Amino acid sequence: MLPVIGIGSSPKRKEDARFVRGRGTYVADIKRPNMLTGVFLRSEHAHAIIKSIDVSAAMAQPGVHGVYTGEDMKADNVGGLPVGWGITGKDGEPMKEPPHPPIALGKVRYVGDAVAFIVAETDEQARAAAELIEVDYEVLPAVVGLVDALKPGAPAVYDEVENNLCCDWHLGDGSAVEAAFQNAAHVASIELVNNRLIGNPLEPRAAIGEFEFATGQYTLWTTSQFPHVVRLLMGEMVLHIPQHKLRVVAPDVGGGFGVKQFHYAEEAVVTWAAGKLGRPVKWVCQRSEGFVSDAHGRDHVTEAELALDEDGKFLAMRVKTLANMGAYLSTFGPNIPTNLYAPLLSGVYVIPSIYCEVKCVFTNTVPVDAYRGAGRPEATFVVERLVDMAAREMGIDKIEIRRRNMIEREAYPYQTPMLVEYDSGDPRGCLERAEVLADVAGFEERRLEAASRGKYLGLGISTYVEACGLAPSRMAGQLGARGGLYESATVRVHPSGAVTVLIGTHNHGQGHETTFAQIVSEHLGVPFEDISVVFGDTDRVQFGMGTYGSRSLVVGGAALAKANDKVILKGRKIAAHQFEAALDDVIFEKGEFSVAGTDKKKSFVEIAGAAYVPFDYPLETLEPGLEEQAFYDPINFTYPGGAHFAEVEIDPETGIVALKRYSAVDDVGTIINPMIVEGQLQGGIAQGIGQALFEHGVYDQTSGQLLAGSFMDYCMPRADNLPNFAIEPHSTTCTHTPMGVKGCGECGTIGSPAAIISAVVDALKPFGVSHVDMPATPNHIWNIIRNSSARIAAE
Amino acid sequence: MKISFVLNGRPTTVEAEPSTLLSDLIREDLSLTGTHVGCDTSQCGACVIHLNGDSVKSCSVLAVAAEGAEVRTVESLSGLADELHPMQQAFRDNHGLQCGFCTPGMLMAALDLVKHNPDPEEAEIREWLEGNICRCTGYQNIVKSVIAGAAAMRQTS
Repeated sequence: MLPVIGIGSSPKRKEDARFVRGRGTYVADIKRPNMLTGVFLRSEHAHAIIKSIDVSAAMAQPGVHGVYTGEDMKADNVGGLPVGWGITGKDGEPMKEPPHPPIALGKVRYVGDAVAFIVAETDEQARAAAELIEVDYEVLPAVVGLVDALKPGAPAVYDEVENNLCCDWHLGDGSAVEAAFQNAAHVASIELVNNRLIGNPLEPRAAIGEFEFATGQYTLWTTSQFPHVVRLLMGEMVLHIPQHKLRVVAPDVGGGFGVKQFHYAEEAVVTWAAGKLGRPVKWVCQRSEGFVSDAHGRDHVTEAELALDEDGKFLAMRVKTLANMGAYLSTFGPNIPTNLYAPLLSGVYVIPSIYCEVKCVFTNTVPVDAYRGAGRPEATFVVERLVDMAAREMGIDKIEIRRRNMIEREAYPYQTPMLVEYDSGDPRGCLERAEVLADVAGFEERRLEAASRGKYLGLGISTYVEACGLAPSRMAGQLGARGGLYESATVRVHPSGAVTVLIGTHNHGQGHETTFAQIVSEHLGVPFEDISVVFGDTDRVQFGMGTYGSRSLVVGGAALAKANDKVILKGRKIAAHQFEAALDDVIFEKGEFSVAGTDKKKSFVEIAGAAYVPFDYPLETLEPGLEEQAFYDPINFTYPGGAHFAEVEIDPETGIVALKRYSAVDDVGTIINPMIVEGQLQGGIAQGIGQALFEHGVYDQTSGQLLAGSFMDYCMPRADNLPNFAIEPHSTTCTHTPMGVKGCGECGTIGSPAAIISAVVDALKPFGVSHVDMPATPNHIWNIIRNSSARIAAE
Repeated sequence: MKISFVLNGRPTTVEAEPSTLLSDLIREDLSLTGTHVGCDTSQCGACVIHLNGDSVKSCSVLAVAAEGAEVRTVESLSGLADELHPMQQAFRDNHGLQCGFCTPGMLMAALDLVKHNPDPEEAEIREWLEGNICRCTGYQNIVKSVIAGAAAMRQTS
């Protein structure tokens, strides 16, 4: 018999059998009979009134089947793209939620805003026709910067939204914080920017719409992290297609990182156009187009202060953040810098009171939404930069000040002043282990060696905690979620005893086909090879909320564990019937059903087979078949955390920051597949390093053009930019998830930016530098060194 | 116009426009979708194939340039039922891929490196793969995979 491979093993990934052969099926690979190609004409202006659009010349081109504008969709009663979370301002006013038409109506609000959709036989024909569309624009002044957008007299992204202010939100006890600051021995403060990022999963987005006239059935193939949610949002609110008449398929998807967890306009447009034309319509995003149409991430400007007593103990924190929403609210846009940000400002520390206000601001830029970490890296960056700043100003070692303020393992569950209650954790244990892994003791020797070569070595530290496993529905609802965030799984036991799992999460690199099979193998004793996992098709999988916020294992895996329990119970009922024994006497262990105290036993395969050929079941109490479904709604978030150390070497002649060592100790709870978890941590750390050293979605402040609009301008980490990372788990068990898991997908991007910048600032200590904004590019660092040297020389 | 070349060991003749890119010809006309397109500036390397034995970004080559050439794509490395090529096996064994989108390009680039140096070290691998972007792995396991794949190929050769 093939082996059971359960929790804690690292079998090779099932999905890799197709991927290494180049046999994955991504949306761009799919061809449907009679398929047409669509391309978008997009605005080249950041802000303009559309006075008129003349599509007649484009329509007359050979091969062109349709040219559609926002007015055409409006005339067909197509709705705007909905927002999944509504937040409420400090004055009790709901956020401003202007309409978001799939194709612009009357006005374009960012470079890349869709103006028309052209459908033709071939891509070349569609592109040629697009060039013939005449749009008469009245160009308006644009605003792209957060601070500028709030200034009186700034260009108004929406006439009806005063000061471009979407929402003035807050959390925490402001008066307690004020009182604490009055009594502080020291106040550390910082102003910082969290740089705009563009997620860039390597597979560009794509969508194919299809309509079957005979049945009225629509199908959408899309590069999505959550096909059921696309069906819900697009079906119910945008195109008014009943959900049972809409199938959404997200097959193999080449990376997501949050970028593919929104309902995008293009999905609605291809589906709608396919209905109009009665032929399948395919759109494949070009990379340069993706830069101005994929939702961006981060983009905050923050002022923060930390009050401390004379021993360096934290008393209170005060944070004011401006968060860029872009030109329209994306699916989760307003939720990210508020609910996923402020509640994490306590970090791994005891901070008696915290107050945070966030102004969400409209600008003439691509909509901003979740990108790996989503709110939590921003919170970690604020907390850790403040702590570094306080340590420096008070003359306390930066590791020591963290030790002094950490939540002790025994203090869990720990209620923070910011809504959330951490169930478990061991920040001190993570830190101590990370100090060893990073060889902090040997740093001074390495620093002197680098100095002898004229280089500046810096050691950086970051601790972090995150809220994962989105989301406990009741809590999410109180925070503004417009629907629950549970997950579902079906365990279908075939007559052969093999198992198919149908699950509502989506696998786009995380190895779910392998991890979820291990959970079934462990619980049911079924050989790993006999288990397959189905996802990404609303016609096959019952329902699901998809994959984001490190939720797949935490929420989806829990639903799976619950369904496994139901299968075992049903199997025991069948066995009890066969053994003519009482249910309570039937036990299931190691893939076998047996009667306690007897030698009666049957294998899982025997019971599975029996379940499908019954002739004598007591039908009132026992149904044939062996298939169970479970929905799981968590009662709390999970709180992974950890401690990271970075070591950078700066060349003062060039400003180049070379990352020499990176060490991470993370608490992700129970680990199902250590190989996959380490891979997730490595990838996350690399993306966080990207934010800290390389990546920046830069706009021209006047024209509103995206300057970092290609892989040649937007710099992502390449193989020769990174060292190997030293990663170790240090897990405590989550107290409320069925298997004790916490999630691991976002740890790296949350922990690493602050560690890198801490190291850069440490290296630049001789130049009197106390903070460096991201990304720490050679130009940026070279200028800091030059200006600081000049200042020091003058003094 | 008509183009003839040897594709994955089979003589092939196709019609193509003079402006057609080799990557598009392979994916759209010849339906070999293992060669991926991740950008439009020849930066990402997901489309790397072998042209007369050398790795090239197929999005930067016109289809007509393949006239008379030997073209190999990722699909040539192992048949569907066959055992994996040692380099493919090494990527699987060392978790050298996550979403799989960059993988075909990584494999084809790595094999060209091993042709030049059968025993490459970490720094050389990192430099060689500089033109192949992976957004998922952080490269550590890709480097590990290439070292292991090269070792396995030395043993079998």
